[in-house]
Amino acid sequence: MNKKQKRVLLRIIITAVLMAVLTVLPIDGRIKTVLYLVPYMVIGYDILRKAFLGMIHGQVFDENFLMAIATVGAIGIGEMFEGVAVMLFYQIGELFQSCAVGRSRRNITALMDIRPDYANIEQDGELTQIDPDEVPTGTVIVIKPGEKVPIDGVIIEGETSLNTSALTGESIPREAKQGDGVISGCVNLNGLIRVRTTKEFGESTVSKILDLVENSSMKKSRSENFITRFAKIYTPAVCLGAVLLAIVPPFIQLLFGGGNADWLVWFTRALTFLVISCPCALVISIPLSFFGGIGGASARGILVKGSNYLEALARTGIVVFDKTGTMTKGVFEVVSVKAQGVSDEMLLHYAAYAESYSTHPIAESLRRAYGKSIDTALVSEVEEISGHGITANIDGKTVAAGNRRLMERLHISCAESDAAGTEVHLALDGSYIGCILIADVLKPTAAEAVRALSAAGVRKTVMLTGDSEKAATAIAAELKVDEVKSGLLPGDKVDEVERLLAETGKNEKLVFVGDGINDAPVLSRADVGIAMGALGSDAAIEAADVVLMDDDPAKIALAMRISRKTLRIVYENIVFALAVKALCLVLGAFGVANMWWAIFADVGVMVLAVLNATRALAISK
Amino acid sequence: MKKTYQIEVDCAACALKMEEAAKKVAGVKEATVSFMTQKMKVEFDDGADEKTTMKAVVKACKKVEDDCEIILE
Repeated sequence: MNKKQKRVLLRIIITAVLMAVLTVLPIDGRIKTVLYLVPYMVIGYDILRKAFLGMIHGQVFDENFLMAIATVGAIGIGEMFEGVAVMLFYQIGELFQSCAVGRSRRNITALMDIRPDYANIEQDGELTQIDPDEVPTGTVIVIKPGEKVPIDGVIIEGETSLNTSALTGESIPREAKQGDGVISGCVNLNGLIRVRTTKEFGESTVSKILDLVENSSMKKSRSENFITRFAKIYTPAVCLGAVLLAIVPPFIQLLFGGGNADWLVWFTRALTFLVISCPCALVISIPLSFFGGIGGASARGILVKGSNYLEALARTGIVVFDKTGTMTKGVFEVVSVKAQGVSDEMLLHYAAYAESYSTHPIAESLRRAYGKSIDTALVSEVEEISGHGITANIDGKTVAAGNRRLMERLHISCAESDAAGTEVHLALDGSYIGCILIADVLKPTAAEAVRALSAAGVRKTVMLTGDSEKAATAIAAELKVDEVKSGLLPGDKVDEVERLLAETGKNEKLVFVGDGINDAPVLSRADVGIAMGALGSDAAIEAADVVLMDDDPAKIALAMRISRKTLRIVYENIVFALAVKALCLVLGAFGVANMWWAIFADVGVMVLAVLNATRALAISK
Repeated sequence: MKKTYQIEVDCAACALKMEEAAKKVAGVKEATVSFMTQKMKVEFDDGADEKTTMKAVVKACKKVEDDCEIILE
């Protein structure tokens, strides 16, 4: 509890004690009435003051005003105990609510708290901790095991593994050694590393993410805007209702009931009516639910830039994917080795040696697949034939490695194949020894991700790619997407998305998932743009509405689940609060519900709604 | 120019009121209040003086919600 809350607690205790004393005190009449004013003022002075100030400033219909009118009214008709008790319970409820909200607020923010507190710099052989904000770019900082990486940079000394779970939700540590980049927000697990910073703190990943998440509740959802508008009409309407309730029935009694009007009864009912009607439960629980949903998502490596996007995700009808880097790893890998007359291993051996000087991604993938160190002294007479491949002398033998055109040029016949991907054919001393197929491979969770989306009620999945038709259809068949468009230029992707947008139903949203690097126009054109693999990529964080911190496409369906759960909680709260209020209002108008019901309808509903809202935080995997 | 200020406010409805009030202040182009993060983000009109504008914003907010604080550095 903070200072303010403690003060309220003290006032509650004093009032309760005074009330207890007053009820047993053997005095009656006017003196008792006056004495009751003491606990009333203790517990209610701030409410009265706010109500008064509100009236002066033209803020008439707020809850302070309602409570002031209700309790002053009760006292006015001689119900002293009732008046003080209502104020007392209102304050207890408010205190409870403020503690509950504060608590869940802190829980959620703690979840997202990846802010590093300090950076270590070495001065005269000693480590000093300084504010990360004060570290200029290019400074060498020291990160000890167990500490957070405060600023983005490159390791210049040492090796370690890094825990990226605060950023990605991924629990497997990432290895990093000298020359590797490190991203702020990760936790250094075991080795001491020295890092040369490449950015200022304000530009570092951790600052960008914090900024993004903190601003996310600024972009309000439709439900939140609805409540704001609703509250504007609702409160005056309820006040009007209360006035009518206080005046109309007694008048009817006066006119048709033989002259005996129960003015007091109807006035009390009108006051009860007012207390019941406070719209707080709605106003508080909705942003809290969204905040919980956003917090829960970010703990799983899904950053949502605003409540409005979280809301839109629930209505996803069409999901459009980019292929390379989104559903596939975006790196070439050897997928098959078909040797003729030599062993598969020897084929890879010759391929890796022939390509040992090349920096082409295909050469890199061959060397990676070979996996052994290459003795470049054995390689000589390397000749690169542009658009064809390489010939080289390896340990006295002539090796040719390249595409079909190279084989034709060397008059070597090779087998036909229709595999999707890039083929590297090899010849040893003029005779064909086989072919290695290299392709961009699917992410392990890609097919599962598409299946999960369909299961979650996505009507249509579409894959757009700039790649050839052959490669695209092979992957589309494996993923089981509904539609595939290949050979697209970036501009064509926008046109395709436009076409699909026109196809979406009224309550459907189109989600585009891309790697965020060259998809910026499409990301912003879609209803919700999701960027992948954003760790360290500023462009993706800028352009997208939702950012998946790790490259896992399965997170799309998870994001939808979080979105739906959050919205369900929001609707539960709206319906629950309105239903209880409506019921109590009706009962209050007929005199069944008294002031105690009213307090429950106000504070009880609010607390239940807040507790329900915090459920949004917990999402099962 | 945009700036974010730390605020202290007790209830979500009050935060909404502060937002409405801040938006109406001369020199403020756009204002958003987040009750959850206890922050107010203000976008100023071109040429508006930050200090005097924020003074007016504080005054306007105090008017609608007596209990609120806006922390100006």
